[in-house]
Amino acid sequence: MKPGEEIGERENSFLPKVVNASGETIDSCYQCRKCSAGCPVAYAMDILPHQIIRHIQYGHREKVLSCRTIWICASCYTCGVRCPNKVNIAGIMDTLRNMAINAGGKFGEKNVPVFHSVFLDAIKKGGRVYELGLIVQLKAKTREFLKDTALGWKMFRRGKIRLLPPPFSSKKEIREIFNVCEKGKRG
Amino acid sequence: MKEVSYYPGCSLHGTAREYDESCRGVSDLLGIKLSELKDWNCCGASSAHCTDKDLSIALAGRNLDIANKGGRELLVPCVACFSRLKAAEAETEKEGVPIRYALDFFSDEPVIEEIKKRLVRPLSGLKIVCYYGCLAVRPPQLTGVKEYENPQHMDKLMGAIGAEPLPWSYKTDCCGSSLMLVRTDIVKKLTGRILSMAREAEVDCIVVGCPICQANLDTRQGELASETGETYDLPIIYFTELIGLALGHRDVKKWLSRHIVDPVKVLSARGLI
Ligand code: SF4
Ligand code: SF4
Repeated sequence: MKPGEEIGERENSFLPKVVNASGETIDSCYQCRKCSAGCPVAYAMDILPHQIIRHIQYGHREKVLSCRTIWICASCYTCGVRCPNKVNIAGIMDTLRNMAINAGGKFGEKNVPVFHSVFLDAIKKGGRVYELGLIVQLKAKTREFLKDTALGWKMFRRGKIRLLPPPFSSKKEIREIFNVCEKGKRG
Repeated sequence: MKEVSYYPGCSLHGTAREYDESCRGVSDLLGIKLSELKDWNCCGASSAHCTDKDLSIALAGRNLDIANKGGRELLVPCVACFSRLKAAEAETEKEGVPIRYALDFFSDEPVIEEIKKRLVRPLSGLKIVCYYGCLAVRPPQLTGVKEYENPQHMDKLMGAIGAEPLPWSYKTDCCGSSLMLVRTDIVKKLTGRILSMAREAEVDCIVVGCPICQANLDTRQGELASETGETYDLPIIYFTELIGLALGHRDVKKWLSRHIVDPVKVLSARGLI
């Protein structure tokens, strides 16, 4: 963050909320930056992992939930195993993404959240996911129609792309699971 | 004959078909019967845990319930599915059947002994690096892997079938995983690094045990080559395919024909196929 940059309101309940929802410790971070030093995707983030932790401590809810970092984090768990204080940032990132989605604001990264929602829709509809169905939906939503068509053709020729949805007969059960979770969220 | 439950997961019924086929093929030769879980559902993958924790646990949990009814150890080849199933197990704290990632399962001492007994074509002369990726080792509370910074079990397994695993420092670096389709730029940057390190080690191929790592490393080499002007042509082979080759499985060529970077060339240059 640049000096003097706007960081938004401070919200005192944010830290305890993140701690509660994630079940992770956040207080014990002493900003040694080991997490950020070993993060494979730090170069593409707008806020580094150790800074995310600091922002949570300060209650900068807006800043954290609208950043790009939470969508770029690849859940690789490298930071957590190396942290001297066992701060499991991958788990905390999950909580932040869940919160950002529930808050319904603008996301700091466009296509990653689109990918997740297309993926979950596919499970909700079919119980299982098949790549072609996923890619068709994804292209419709991201409008990147030409991306990877040559590669897709190569994979098709090698028998890697199935054309029809996989058989699955417990679709009702899966819809029920989604219903319960969606109801739970509306609380 | 030993019987275990089998959870293939979505990738193994799609782009990672050869991993499914080789898992089944190798188990067959070793006298292990795989019973696919009846009407298993998608484990939710990264999208469920990124979106809604309860949903990710419920989706994975449904599969665990089916497996627990069967009462048999559950074999899971896809490491991403394995990680989600283990996370659901930890969260629900239910006493259930053991959940085993295929690499761990085939690296068990008795299984390795069985493989050695049935070896028909040791892979001598084949230089490899073992790429474990993230979820095969991390988080260690879920995987149970003690040497998570420098794991050895795949190296040992590959050594047992006569291949020569070389040491390298990218065993557990991330490939970009589910950013594959939407932030391909990041995946290319990460896999480009892994591929160049393997090239520097002068190996014949990279050995993997995850459909996402395999796809990320295998499918972008053409683009990497044209963007950098360097050569990228390293085959990315599943450990089960190499075990199948060493055990003389008749379908090995079919499995290998599904790859983007052709593995047959280098294997035949080493006189193995
Ligand atoms: S490694 Fe741990 S203690 Fe160090 S900055 Fe990161 S979270 Fe904080
Ligand atoms: S889990 Fe996320 S933040 Fe941590 S090292 Fe991996 S990509 Fe970076």
